Amino acid sequence: MLKHLLGASALALALASPALADLKVGSISELSGAGAAAGTNWHDGLVMAFDEINADGGILGEKVEVLSYDSQTDPQVSRALVQKAIDEGAYALMGTVYSGSTIVNMLVSQQAGIPQITGSESPKITAMGNPYIFRTAFGAQKGIPKLVGYLKEQGITKMAVAYANTEFGKGGHDAFMAEAKTAGIEVVAEVPSEQAQTDFAADVVKLKGTGAQAIFVYYTEEESARFLREAQKQSIGIPLYGDTTLIGQKVIDLAGGAAEGVMGHVGLTSDADVPLVKEMVDKFKAKFNYTPDHNAIKGYLGAYALKYATEIAGEADSEKVAETMHGLTLKASEYPGVLMDMSWDDTGEVSRASFLVKVENGHQTVIKQLPAN
Amino acid sequence: MAEFLQILISGLAAGSIYALAAVGFTLLWQASQTINFAQGEFVMLPAFFVLIGIGFGLPLWLAVLAALVVSLLVLGVFFKKLLVEPMLPHGTLPLVIATIALGLLMKESVKEFYSATAQPFPSIFPEGTISLFGAVVSWTDVGNLVTAMVAIGALQLFLDRTRTGRCMQATAQNPAVAEILGVNIKRMVLYTFLINAGLSCIASVLISPVYLAKFSNGETIGLVAFIAAIVGGFNQIRGALVGGLLIGVIDNLSAVYVSAQYRAAVPLVLLIVIILVRPQGLLGTSEGRTV
Amino acid sequence: MRRLAPLLILAGIAALVLAPLGQGNYITYTLCSWLIFSIAAMGLNLTLGYAGQVSLAQASFMGIGAYATALLTMAGVHWLLAAPLAMLLCFVIGLALGYPALRVQHHFLAFVTLAFNTLVFLVLRNEEWLTGGSLGLVGIPRPDFWLVSTMKQLPFYYFTLVCFLASAGAMYWIVRSPWGRAFRALRENPVRAESLGLKIRRQTLLAFAIGSAFGGGAGAIVAPLVQFIEPGSFALVHSFKILLMVIVGGSGYFLGPVLGAAVVVLLPELLRGFQDYYLILYASFVIVLMIYSPTGLIGLGAKLAAKFKPAREERRDLQQGAQL
Repeated sequence: MLKHLLGASALALALASPALADLKVGSISELSGAGAAAGTNWHDGLVMAFDEINADGGILGEKVEVLSYDSQTDPQVSRALVQKAIDEGAYALMGTVYSGSTIVNMLVSQQAGIPQITGSESPKITAMGNPYIFRTAFGAQKGIPKLVGYLKEQGITKMAVAYANTEFGKGGHDAFMAEAKTAGIEVVAEVPSEQAQTDFAADVVKLKGTGAQAIFVYYTEEESARFLREAQKQSIGIPLYGDTTLIGQKVIDLAGGAAEGVMGHVGLTSDADVPLVKEMVDKFKAKFNYTPDHNAIKGYLGAYALKYATEIAGEADSEKVAETMHGLTLKASEYPGVLMDMSWDDTGEVSRASFLVKVENGHQTVIKQLPAN
Repeated sequence: MAEFLQILISGLAAGSIYALAAVGFTLLWQASQTINFAQGEFVMLPAFFVLIGIGFGLPLWLAVLAALVVSLLVLGVFFKKLLVEPMLPHGTLPLVIATIALGLLMKESVKEFYSATAQPFPSIFPEGTISLFGAVVSWTDVGNLVTAMVAIGALQLFLDRTRTGRCMQATAQNPAVAEILGVNIKRMVLYTFLINAGLSCIASVLISPVYLAKFSNGETIGLVAFIAAIVGGFNQIRGALVGGLLIGVIDNLSAVYVSAQYRAAVPLVLLIVIILVRPQGLLGTSEGRTV
Repeated sequence: MRRLAPLLILAGIAALVLAPLGQGNYITYTLCSWLIFSIAAMGLNLTLGYAGQVSLAQASFMGIGAYATALLTMAGVHWLLAAPLAMLLCFVIGLALGYPALRVQHHFLAFVTLAFNTLVFLVLRNEEWLTGGSLGLVGIPRPDFWLVSTMKQLPFYYFTLVCFLASAGAMYWIVRSPWGRAFRALRENPVRAESLGLKIRRQTLLAFAIGSAFGGGAGAIVAPLVQFIEPGSFALVHSFKILLMVIVGGSGYFLGPVLGAAVVVLLPELLRGFQDYYLILYASFVIVLMIYSPTGLIGLGAKLAAKFKPAREERRDLQQGAQL
């Protein structure tokens, strides 16, 4: 009905308000439940991006309306909401952060032929052969080889793995195990922890006694901080390596000095020495009054990626946008919204440069930049 | 050996805090047949009172004191007057449901109105560690253990040695008779709620530097307190104490020596075994009724 | 009133048949969720409302049902065979769990089931070779009934509706049969019921096992609905959720769980305007409801009707037997 009305008086309306709220993007994220912290960051990031996009004339001259839904960190609810976003006419979907929900959502968006831009990093997602899924950050199976390559350079041959026993931690663990095997690194112990575990005393005791030269630590931020505190307390004395979630600024702050000397590979970080990222982080802080984590950055650049892909495709057509994004490369110099050069392959996997950093004096110091793989 | 000692000490330090929560849980059960499913959230919340106080520029000790007062009021008086009292005539089940809802309410409120992410929390004990036969013990561990033991010991003395304490016990054992004998049972029950609120506040201040203050902290603590109370004996303070310490140690031991993946299962299996073999708990006395 | 009942039931069924017509996939899907949770809640209502036992493991029975159905159908077994097998499994596990728990004190079933729910979660998460671990199982087929495929949302809704009506019919029969009526005798006065020759323990155990089987049945429909299952969907908090459904609707009333499930499933939708605050509002609502009407929404209706003749309520907090 509304569409007919708009069509009939398109010219008149176009004169009155040059941009129409005609493009709908569905956002499904974890605004409550276990994933609330990650989902809220992601959602705030993408909302900020779409606000900017709209202030700047929208996508292809049309305003974007974001339909926001709360998945409650429940795949069953999440799936329902994808249906809802599609029923309400979304041409593309954003979300979710937790892999469980993303995998369910993919089934529905694939049936409907709608591109879905996800914040999940589980390796499984791009391995499912779904032509409508696109990441905003590469999966663990791409990030971890970069780190393992460095560890090998350092002459490390015996390692232990500490990981969260969740779909997130499992993804990192599996990717590390596979990579360690090919690199000839012996894994002497694997120590899983519960989701949202609070007491890491036993984990650290166990890791200490393994004789490993280094420990690969793969937890979400808060568990990382608790683990680092306990490791410091028991003076673990073994170098710790990890990924983005081990050495973010938030972890450094929460760990209160216990993160000193920890090293790791970082995909996206609010501490990256990249002017566009710094600018985005400042805007975000001014708007939401907290420091964004990598999920917020993912949401932000995901929204811009959708904008650019749609404009390159030439029309807001779900099928065309998905086709365009396969094999697409966006240079940050030309498309500043993606913050760093990035490209997608045929499976929707992302390639982007990343950093090897060390925590020194309460801040990340970039040791070297690792090229995209 | 050093490894075992390390686990034992860490387990006791964690267990002593579980014991605080479990004792409060047991007290409420005795006094008013309240099975408080929000007990975990009772331990989660006071930390945020402290953080708010610090946010207003109060020094830590004053913020803790203020948090204690607010806790006594909110988790003690309001909880009893506004929630438990109107519901007592309905029997136990509606109250159980209401406490489940209360836990949800507290959790969601902290998340919405304070923060969804974990917050660093200052320790009231000095930093630093000491070495004991190869095990590393932090002053925080020692402080937690001592504070919790002193609190529970003082409570036990109060209940055994003072007139008010004995009136409270009488109320717990047989409210009808106690009332006939002139005990102001409503007041006694109120004291119980205040003690629970106080213990929760202490537990919160002790545990938050380690756990980091977060809205969802109550989920773990609540379940552990619950298990500790049943394992130790649902109707005994020292039962809850032993239960708390035991769960703390067993949790850590099983993570190292049994299976890290099934560490959470060991206390639960213990719970089931205890219920089947010794339903009154390790130190509990039989309540002697079947229906 | 008695003569009106069949008409009302027919009208209700007609409304359920017509409900999804002209609606989008989302509404249809949500209606499916509601019917499924109604089945699980009905099962729990038998345990709780009729037999007076608190079970905190209904979500884990849903989980067992869902995983059993998923594994069987993914191995090529037809849903029509897989679902009853899943229910049977839940029934047997219910018996095995309830037998020792009910042997000891009355209210300990609640504690045992609470532990059981978390144990099931751990097994589902850790036994990767069978359950896919924390990554779950994906790609569960939707049942195909020779002429009708349930791949699309609307046929799946009717499939769910048939399951729901069958469950409701079975439950009605259970509750109305002389055997079922004994439950109520049991709840109202266990001592007297026993003296009349009722075997309390056996009766309660059966109620618990049948209730668990209903949970398994609900799980058997959830698996093909979502086509993805993971351990987190069957964690303890979901058992609380189902328990709240039963209580909010009105435990011990036949339609109580159906109403309660409607409130829980549809509430986020109704309170959309409040966004993140809906859980706070919901929790507050439950507390207030418990204070004013512990018998739930249906009880509230009945209470309003009976407002003119208030009954005297005993102070049960003074009783020794005031337990769960």
